[in-house]
Order: sequence, then structure tokens, then C-alpha cells
Amino acid sequence: MSALQEIVDVTPVEATPKKYIALGGYASVAVLVLLIAAPLFAKNFIIFQMTMWLIYAIAVLALNILTGGSGQFSLGQSAFYAVGAYTSAILMEHFNVNYALTLPIAGVICFAFGYVFGQPALRLSGVYLALATFALATAMPQLLKLGYFEHWTGGVQGLVVTKPDAPFGLPMSQDMWLYYFTLVISIMIYVFSVNLLKSRSGRAMMAIRDNEIAASAMGVDVALYKTLAFGISAGITGVAGGLGAIAVQFVAPDSYTIQLAIALFLGMVVGGVGWLPGSLAGSAFIVFVPNIAESVSKGLSGAVFGAILIVIIFVLPHGARQIAYLSQHWINKLIHK
Amino acid sequence: MRSSRSRLATLSAAALLIACTSGAALAQKKYDTGATDTEIKIGNVEAYSGPASAYGIIGKTEDAYFKMINDAGGINGRKINFISYDDGYSPPKTVEQVRKLIESDEVLLVFNALGTPTQNAVQKYHNAKKVPQLFLATGASKWNDPKDFPWTMGFQPSYRVEARIFAKYILKAKPDAKVAVFYANDDFGKDYVAGLKEVFGDKTSKILIAEESYETSEPSIDGHIVKLKGTGADVFVNISTPKFAAQAIKKLAELEWKPMHVMTDVSISIGAVMKPAGLEASEGVLSATYLKDASDSQWAGDAGMKKFLAFVDKHMPGANVSDTNIVYGYTAAQTMVQVLKQAGDNLTRDNVMKQAAALKDFVPDTVLPGIKLNTSATDFAPIEQLQMMQFKGGKWEMFGDVISAETGG
Repeated sequence: MSALQEIVDVTPVEATPKKYIALGGYASVAVLVLLIAAPLFAKNFIIFQMTMWLIYAIAVLALNILTGGSGQFSLGQSAFYAVGAYTSAILMEHFNVNYALTLPIAGVICFAFGYVFGQPALRLSGVYLALATFALATAMPQLLKLGYFEHWTGGVQGLVVTKPDAPFGLPMSQDMWLYYFTLVISIMIYVFSVNLLKSRSGRAMMAIRDNEIAASAMGVDVALYKTLAFGISAGITGVAGGLGAIAVQFVAPDSYTIQLAIALFLGMVVGGVGWLPGSLAGSAFIVFVPNIAESVSKGLSGAVFGAILIVIIFVLPHGARQIAYLSQHWINKLIHK
Repeated sequence: MRSSRSRLATLSAAALLIACTSGAALAQKKYDTGATDTEIKIGNVEAYSGPASAYGIIGKTEDAYFKMINDAGGINGRKINFISYDDGYSPPKTVEQVRKLIESDEVLLVFNALGTPTQNAVQKYHNAKKVPQLFLATGASKWNDPKDFPWTMGFQPSYRVEARIFAKYILKAKPDAKVAVFYANDDFGKDYVAGLKEVFGDKTSKILIAEESYETSEPSIDGHIVKLKGTGADVFVNISTPKFAAQAIKKLAELEWKPMHVMTDVSISIGAVMKPAGLEASEGVLSATYLKDASDSQWAGDAGMKKFLAFVDKHMPGANVSDTNIVYGYTAAQTMVQVLKQAGDNLTRDNVMKQAAALKDFVPDTVLPGIKLNTSATDFAPIEQLQMMQFKGGKWEMFGDVISAETGG
């Protein structure tokens, strides 16, 4: 019996105990302080990496809502990410829309896209759904290259996006401003997600995840909540994509291949499925571990990455969540000694 | 009194002169970030993993080449520190790695970075930071834009240059040609068509009688070929990637359509295109090239080729010399070394760009005889000459003179 299963068995009373999806109060404050303070001591390049880390964390979180929350698989997150990125880029470059305003629009468009895609996806489940979304991810880069959209998308060459300056003459670099901007949005999305999963809708989604038939017998509208989960996940991924376009200052079809979808999936598993703060750990894994692997061996970076991944899955089958629980356990022990 | 004063004056004048000259001597050695008395840091991003990882060998060749230079004492006493990262051909990763090179590793310049979409992503950044984005390993023509992007320079003949050379050849070989062009519907294909039209000029409508494009997502291109045959064209310009190029050659043979067949050098691989299409069907296809093929016996006695083979033997033992990417990496690295030699002790980014734009008739060991690298403040395209070649009896045979793509010439 796995560790997770044991924990589930001991506390059957509360339907969705908060600690299963979020961090405790002290831990949250500690993480937040770290996230706010870190860029003050880092070079611009490191700040840029941290921004990418946060952005991928949002995308991993979105997948976590879908998989951890409603129990549906998706290998198509890169497609939603791409739509979000292109929405932001096109609005900024062709229509001169303020970058901050492009994000909610990207979110809404992706929500609609995800919701619509969720309709046929309803008829599929498990691996079949994963395959359908996989098809979406492989099709997206080619769709973006299509001649019909080229005037807007820039075709293969992509679109260059202008990086925003800090507003109100704030004395900080573009990178630092963008980091704090991303951080604020990440926090908003995190709080929204935790509350969503704790709400009635969240409980409905988890009921579907745990047992679809039982859930529908309880009066949960399975179709509605499944598509809703798809839409919300796609919407959040779209916001991440928009932020990614602004941070990288460039969108091109080759940026959003199936590799990205798989990376996000990996990030979710490494961070811990269903545990939202794990998204940060999972995202750190997909942003930083490839660099570590490359520094070990250039020719075999893929193999080194694979080896690291296998070790992690073997030692920590529940991802970062396991470390969090263990450390919490030890801290409690120390305090109550 | 007066004499002593004048002596004092002479003395101080002499002192001043000495101070000035020593100051000038000091001023001769000028450095930007990434260059010191002992080291020059050069950055690079390559696709060591991902869909384009076949090109990874270019980075490895360059690394080996710089090691060879370092073993021989470096450039003007400075060793090259070549830092090459993997971007997996993914633009966001390229941005991360290039920023790491420039902001964290503090390289003097980034050299021969690979890929059109990937380098597109950092072109603006390079030019804002004023860090040379030198000798890019991509065939797009947009890198030759010194006015808008003075810190960016390409290397190999762009697709547009190749198209111009094809057009010149066609005009010479078949003055009353009726050309049908078949191209990939992406920026590279369009670059080619633009190049053809540049040379055909106002005669375009008379010469270029049919244009047919395909999407890379199409499973088969047979329909396009049948349509083009129907136009009665006698020259077929084939601008397609290897898989489609092979299909086109095969279909032409099936239809027993025998126009003059000019094909992009993207698809000249004998193993990947000519053999799958059938050696008989491939007979007579025309293309162009600028590098010596190490597996071609005609270069056995060539001095440059001997140097290249000695380099591979010593520094890259076991490498497959018939891989043109190795020849390419060697050529690029040798050009880089030439630029740094020209820069001397003035290793500022500004001067490196100036020297890169002042290549004069430079001939790397591995380019075809007659091809010379030339650049100027208004010409950021180092290689603009190609040699025509024809596929005969299972291999490529070069013929005619080297053709230059300079417009007007």
C-alpha cells in the first residue's frame, strides 16, 4: 500500500482537506517571502530564469487542476499554451493592446477553446483522451504555420514581442518588473485554484475523478464538470502562455511542440499529482534539471535527464509532496519534543 | 636662467611624449567583456538534442577546431574558451541559453548559433545588447541587414542567393526557358521564389510560367507535379525538403517528364534523397554547392582537404568525414579565427563586427576552388558564390565556373 493511500485512509472525514491541495499558513508565508526576496539578490539573467520558472509553474498548476482535480489526462497543454502566447503576441504587436490586458483575453479565448475541445473529449476517457489531446498538441505547430493565418502569426518566422518597461518610472529592470508582475498573477491563480478545488465545483470534480458513476448517482453533472475542468485548465494555461510570450519576447510554432506538453506533464508528476504547490517544484524540475543534465554530459544530456527522472520517480513516487510531508512531520516532531 | 628654463621645457616635452606613446601602447590593447590578455570567450548554442540534433556535430567540430588552435598557442597568445549550450531547437530555450552566455558567462560574442526560428528569437536582444551574433548557421536571407541589425551576420549562402544563382544559370543555359517552380509553402520556399524573380526581373512573367506550392503536412505531392507537367514547362525548379524532393524526382520519372531539373542544395543528400528516389531517375538533376565533399576522391590531393582530414584524424577520431556538417563547422570556425586574427589586440565587440565585415578574399581550406569570402559594411553575407553540379552515375559532378550571386553581376 502506498504512502499516499495510507494518508487517505487515516483521514476519511473531511471531503477535501486543504493540506492535500495547498500548503499550510506558515509554509505559504515562507515560500512567498522567498519568492519576493530572491530577485533582489540575483542577476537579470537569473531573474529571467525565475520568471520562466513561475510561468511554467502556472502551466503545470493548470494541468494539475485537470488531472489532479478532475482525473482527466491531457498531453495537449502545449496547444493551449500556444494559443495563449499567440493571442498575447498578436494583440500586443498588431493591435497595440497593453500587455497586462492581453492576459485576461488570452485566458478567456483559451477557456473557450478548452471548453469546446472538452465537448468531444467527454466521450473519451483515460488513455484515449490522452491520445486525443496528443493529436491536438502535434497539430498545433503546423496550424500556426498555415498560410491563412500567416499575416497574423508571422508564419515560420514567428512574431517578435516588445518587452514592457516597469510602469510609473519604478527603478527596476525590465526583467525584475516582469518577475514581480508574473509573481502577482501566479499568486492570484494559485489562490483561485485552491479555492476552486475546495468549493462545491471542486468537490464535484474530485468526485468524478474518484468514481464517475457514483458521482453521477449523487447528482453531479458529469459532462458539465468535465468540460468545465478542461476549460479552466486551458484558460490558466493560456495566461501562462501569454506571460511566456512576453517574457521570451518571441513566439514561433517551434516553441510549442509536443515536447512542451510532455515537459508540463513531467512537471506535474514530479511535483505531485493533485498537490498544487508541487507545481513550483515540478516546474523547477523542467526548467533547471535539463541544464544540470547538460553540464554533466553534452552528448548524453537526454540520457542523464532520464536517469535523474527515474531516480526521482523511484525514490519519491509522490513527487515533491512527499518531501513536503516528510519535512512537516520532522518539524512537528522537533517542535513537540 | 633662460637656457635652464628651455631645458626644463624640452625635458617636460620629452616626458610628455613618452607618456603619450606609452599611453598609446596601452590604448592599442582594448577589451570588451569576454576578452582578456589570455582568453577570448566565444559562446554558441546548438541543437544537441531535439528534432535538429543531427546538426549538433557542427558545435563539436568547432569545439575541436578551437582546441587545435589553442594547442598551437591560440590567437595572438590568447586561448579560445568556447562555451556551447544545447537549445534543443526550441526558441524559448534559445533565449534562456543566449542570455546565460551573455549575462552570466559574459562571452565576447556568440558564434555560428543554429536555426532560423531560434536565432530570430534573440536577434533583437543581441542588437539591443550590442553583442555580435556572428556567422549564423541558417540559410535565411534576413541576416544580411546591416542597417537594421548591425550586430547580426549570416554565413552560408542564403536560400535567396542560391535561387539567384540558379536563375543566372537557367538564363545562360536556356535563354528561352519556360520555368515551373515547385516550392515549400514556408518562408524558405518563398525566399527562393523571391530570389528567382530578382534575377528574372521584368522578364519574370515570360520565363516563370508556373508556381506551385505545397504544405509540409501533405502526404503526397504527386498532384502538383502532374499539374506542372501540364503547363509545358521545360525547366523544373525543385525547392523542397528531402522527403518531397525524392517524391518529386520519382514522379517526374514516372510521368516521363524530362525538363531541366534544378534542385535546392537542402536536398542533395545521396543517401536520403537520390537513392530513395532511384539512381536512374535522379540522373541529370542539377544543384549547387560551395563546400568540398570529404568523401569525394577528386580532392584526395588537395592541400586544404589534407589539412581538414589531418584535423579530423587528430582531433575528432572516428568521426564520419562524409558528414558535410563537419566540413561546415570547420569552415565556420576557420573564418571565426580569421576574424579574431584581424582584430588583433583590439578585442572590442565593435571591432570584432568591423573585422567580420572586412573579410577580403578569404579562402577557408574547405570551400571549392574559386569561392572567396567577402564582406563589407553594407554586405553581411560572407559566402555568395556557388558551383553548379549535376548528378551523374550515382554521384555529384561539378561543372562550369563558380557563379556569383551579387546582384547586377
